[in-house]
Amino acid sequence: MRFLLISLILFSFWFLLSGETNPILISSGIISSLFITYLSGDLLISEGKVRKNVHLYIKFLRYIPYLIYEIIIANIDVVYRVLHPKMPIDPVIVKFNSELETDFCIVTYANSITLTPGTVTIDVGKKRDFIVHSLTSKYAESLLTRDMEKKIKEIENV
Amino acid sequence: MIELKEIIAGLFIFSGCFFIIVASIGIVRFPDFYTRVHPAGKADTMGQILILTGLIVYEGLSLISIKLFFIICFILIVNPTATHALVKSAYLSGLKPWTRKKEND
Repeated sequence: MRFLLISLILFSFWFLLSGETNPILISSGIISSLFITYLSGDLLISEGKVRKNVHLYIKFLRYIPYLIYEIIIANIDVVYRVLHPKMPIDPVIVKFNSELETDFCIVTYANSITLTPGTVTIDVGKKRDFIVHSLTSKYAESLLTRDMEKKIKEIENV
Repeated sequence: MIELKEIIAGLFIFSGCFFIIVASIGIVRFPDFYTRVHPAGKADTMGQILILTGLIVYEGLSLISIKLFFIICFILIVNPTATHALVKSAYLSGLKPWTRKKEND
């Protein structure tokens, strides 16, 4: 069941990339997607967690509009700071711990921090300790209120 | 006669170019490595995504626009990760961040 689901996803991806309807090519696409599922299907949906992983991806889709909004705000802010004659920046480095548990959510959180206003993730340690470089102390404070972490926490609680 | 589709696509591509130009200016203007990464990591991502969105609007719904959409998803994952790798290596090699106070001393 899990095997077929992953191969179906891979095959539709292959089909969208190639757009071929020749039967020989389609059969080679089916064979290669089955083979890749056999080799590394665990990376997409891990064994015994099918329902959980599918829920995770569906919940992640709901997070995307919020992320796009934050990215637009971040870019307007960067443009303002780059073009302002006095360059209103005062960089600080903040360290804090996160309560997120799964790897997927930690990666999402770290990349979201990089994409959102004035902050870039420097390092995430093994104990989920984030080191973040912030353009101004105001953004560091807004990071410590943990609005974004709560949004990602909602994804995690399946 | 210019179609509406072409105008919208042109606007997207133009704003994408604007963001990339601003990112380049930012890389030149900002004082040190850590601050330079900010425009490179954010405004560049936005610029590339806007240009690709413009191309999708121009192309309409076809296999090409789906491929462009995949490229957008790829950029959204890869760009912050690459930025993170750059900054982490700088941090581990001991580069000290620039601050406003040092300038006043």
